[in-house]
Amino acid sequence: MVDLKVNLCGIQLDNPIIPASGTFGFGYEFAELYDINMLGTFSFKGTTKDARFGNPTPRIAECTAGMINAVGLQNPGVDKVIGEELPKLSKCFNKKVMANVSGFAIEDYAYTCRLLDKEEQVGWLEVNVSCPNVHGGGMSFGTSPEAAAEVTKAVKAVTTKPIIIKLSPNVTDIVSVAKACEEAGADGISLINTLLGMRIDLKTKKPVIANTMGGFSGSAIFPVAVRMVYQVANAVKIPVVGMGGVTTAEDVIEMMLAGATAVQVGAANLVNPYACRDIINDLPKAMEKYGISSLKEIIGGCK
Amino acid sequence: MKQGFFEIIENVALTKDIFRMKLKGDTSAVTAPGQFINIKIDGFYLRRPISVCDCEGDIITIIYKVVGHGTEVMAQMKEGSLDVLTGLGNGYNTALSGDKPLLLGGGVGVPPLYMLCKKLIAEGKKVTVILGFNKKEEIFYENEFKALGADVIVTTVDGSYGVKGFVTNAMGNLDYTHFYTCGPEPMLKAIFNASKTSGSLSFEERMGCGFGACMGCSCKTVTGYKRICKEGPVLLKEEILW
Repeated sequence: MVDLKVNLCGIQLDNPIIPASGTFGFGYEFAELYDINMLGTFSFKGTTKDARFGNPTPRIAECTAGMINAVGLQNPGVDKVIGEELPKLSKCFNKKVMANVSGFAIEDYAYTCRLLDKEEQVGWLEVNVSCPNVHGGGMSFGTSPEAAAEVTKAVKAVTTKPIIIKLSPNVTDIVSVAKACEEAGADGISLINTLLGMRIDLKTKKPVIANTMGGFSGSAIFPVAVRMVYQVANAVKIPVVGMGGVTTAEDVIEMMLAGATAVQVGAANLVNPYACRDIINDLPKAMEKYGISSLKEIIGGCK
Repeated sequence: MKQGFFEIIENVALTKDIFRMKLKGDTSAVTAPGQFINIKIDGFYLRRPISVCDCEGDIITIIYKVVGHGTEVMAQMKEGSLDVLTGLGNGYNTALSGDKPLLLGGGVGVPPLYMLCKKLIAEGKKVTVILGFNKKEEIFYENEFKALGADVIVTTVDGSYGVKGFVTNAMGNLDYTHFYTCGPEPMLKAIFNASKTSGSLSFEERMGCGFGACMGCSCKTVTGYKRICKEGPVLLKEEILW
């Protein structure tokens, strides 16, 4: 019998598989397809202080082994998430959920996290610092160690739940951002968010995506993700949640060897709605193939 | 929604770039005309969403246009098994039709109207169909709609067949109780403006997943934000914001 259990910031997960934010809604729609209680947990749709429609369409472009999205954080706003989405989720999911939070100002993050802190089903707050800072000239919080640390401190001050800072890969030095978050009190780091990308329609000679650029994800970015998870996991003491192009059980093992305590699966859910179920079912066999009896023992196993 | 594997039992050209494919498998998730399926094609990351033209027994018929690399590959397929998500989208509601519904299809927007027409006629309604194409060589399914028992009018933009002009040029004097349409957005808008009754309009948008997870195909409506793939692709006339 192989052991899939891991411990993420003090909360035990039956397995390390976590559908990534923005690819799994608020869970209940996937519950119609399979029992989502088999997941480690999942990270719900990025939630902001106010409701957002997001960017104009087209928001999606296909790429070789991946896709670009520029959805723009469409979500019903934290009040509706708490009032409508979480009650629906509680009917089909009996585990702690990861609340994904975004903001465009430090105060937005604090406001949203303060409200979600009161929700019993929320186990972790995953704070997405890839959004532009409207008071910082539109620069993403995640591109500067100082701004990322500031967000970390602000949310840490309003919650007792573990906070995981989700980092953008679109930086020169990911390690310095991760370390700044750790020093500011983060309980974990998750990475990587999408890589900034673009496609051009040859017929119209215009960008495929209305927003011109968007976030590149899918199996094509897996090696970049493994590299960044490896760099960060070797530089911080807090747990790292690895993501970026994970599609198979073997990808999960590789990500954990790089240093991930848990692994998120994103774009794969959009191509195969059963991707996470399949990965969890495939994990024991993949572990046996590589002589692994316990997943937690391989975390950071690549030296 | 259901995921399943379907055998290709037919894949033929109807015109230069319009193809019909028949797929055999578990069709139980297809519950209404106007829904779509989402097909995985080897070598391509995202699935291809294509409207259901007909669904009888264990056979789904789709008609698609070659518009890019994915559909180019599809057009070359001869046999084999495809990973398909079925039963996607809301589809058309035939309860809204009244006695004399009018169906308007433009180009590759024609196919979903076939299954709708079949259902409306089975329900005893008197159906008129206007099929719009650019030119004579692009026309398909005129006879198939006639065989269902519908009154069929064909329009061509260049006047090479039927009524010259757009579908809206043929709808002016018709007496109808509700309209159903699918086609390019400028056509939908023209019909919206020219129509005298309530209507059901099927929209197209670039999709990520096709089943409501990614929010890639959202639009604003009078009744709030909707996902074309989930709460659509069919929107009612009164809820549309252009």
